[in-house]
Amino acid sequence: MPSRLMNAIHARFRRRINRAPSPALARGVPWASVMLGSLLPSWVFVASAPYVPPVGFLALLAWCQLRPGLLPVWAGLPLGFVDDLYSGQPMGSAILLWSLAMIALELIELRFPWRNFALEWLVATALIAVYIVGALGVANAGGGNTPVAVLAPQMILSALLYPFIGRIVAALDRFRLIPFVDMS
Amino acid sequence: MAPPANRRSGYSRRAQYGTFFGYIAGIVGALVGGGLLIVSILNPGSFSWLRGAAADVAAPGGQVASEGRAAGQGAFAIIRGYALAGSRNARLERELAEAKTRLVEAQATAAENVRLKAMLGLARQYPPPLVITELVAGTGASTRRFATIAAGTDRGVAVGMPIRSPLGLVGRVLEVGSSTARVLLVTDTESVVPVRRAQDGVSAFAQGRGDGRLQVRLINLGINPLKVGDVFVTSGSGGLYRPGIAVAKLISLTRDGGIAQVLSDPSASEYVAVDNIWGPQIEPTSAAAQPAGKR
Repeated sequence: MPSRLMNAIHARFRRRINRAPSPALARGVPWASVMLGSLLPSWVFVASAPYVPPVGFLALLAWCQLRPGLLPVWAGLPLGFVDDLYSGQPMGSAILLWSLAMIALELIELRFPWRNFALEWLVATALIAVYIVGALGVANAGGGNTPVAVLAPQMILSALLYPFIGRIVAALDRFRLIPFVDMS
Repeated sequence: MAPPANRRSGYSRRAQYGTFFGYIAGIVGALVGGGLLIVSILNPGSFSWLRGAAADVAAPGGQVASEGRAAGQGAFAIIRGYALAGSRNARLERELAEAKTRLVEAQATAAENVRLKAMLGLARQYPPPLVITELVAGTGASTRRFATIAAGTDRGVAVGMPIRSPLGLVGRVLEVGSSTARVLLVTDTESVVPVRRAQDGVSAFAQGRGDGRLQVRLINLGINPLKVGDVFVTSGSGGLYRPGIAVAKLISLTRDGGIAQVLSDPSASEYVAVDNIWGPQIEPTSAAAQPAGKR
């Protein structure tokens, strides 16, 4: 019985003629993965120091670099709002910084349409560094008093984690485009 | 990677307008964020209801994750335990022998305390904790240090209540939702805890540094009497925390105090206790509420 079920599932996913990806999955996975990126680290680590990379922001950058234009330029507004709800930053911090990052990425995309891995990593690292320092500035304006030196481990970890997040996003991209909806 | 062809608007008016309005929407998004930021910096509590509702929604996921987190910590501890078993065993046996002696001494002191308090007519007992609950989430990426616990107004949690784990003080309640509450951890730079040295009561303030350690500042300046390894407990002044909760251990000295390691690492504490506020709180009254003659 299980083998017949598995065969049916396999047949469904193996046949690609006359099949299309599910529109809900194809559109929804990028948004959902960025939101999950904002949420998951807060569950997994209750850290006593800010060393956990901003995974939601990394996922957003990875999606924008893998599929330019898939997330619209204004995606920073809703996704940043969700991040602000859980990140502990003052409300509006991620909305502002993520929107600016999206605009910056769009301009870089126009200036350098042909990019290699090194350039993408470099751009992402620069944006992450600016984002982390900007988030510190916003948090300090909202009542904190943290020195910049505390951020070094988080920056290094984020820059090193970025290619790995990029691989996960690429896998999610393949997943969201699996053609399994019957068109006939 | 090659740019996808559909990104070039070309001569299509429609595509050009689409790109243009996309940029406008992006800039509007940034402006909205800036506006919200100004509001929340001027009035930090203005979005607490929204955060509370969001934390309530996410709490079940956090509860599942917190069990996994505790299991993960346990696994690391087991691996480390295997690596260090021999030397640690010897050290623990030595410490156990010392601790047994100290325990007897402490029992004697406790008995003497009871007798002396009875003579004085003081019968102040520490009340049991209000709620024992789980630590479901924490801010790892932000420089502000907050955590979320799985109890809110439904279980009587109120703003200002201290949170502690078996190892020591964790923080205090900052915002309360219906089934969750937001906790300001002691390592946040906005958290200041009045403390005293455990053995002789040298009083100080412990302020978070944002990197998991505390800055201990002595109240009486002069010759710094502190030594590395001193343990600080809450002093009970200010009325928020009851006296005698362990807070931190000194790891290095500065001119006006020292830097201390927090004893209760929030990442290792799955369950925490919420205490009632210790002393009677004097509400800060506004000028309008003061009697007219006093102004």
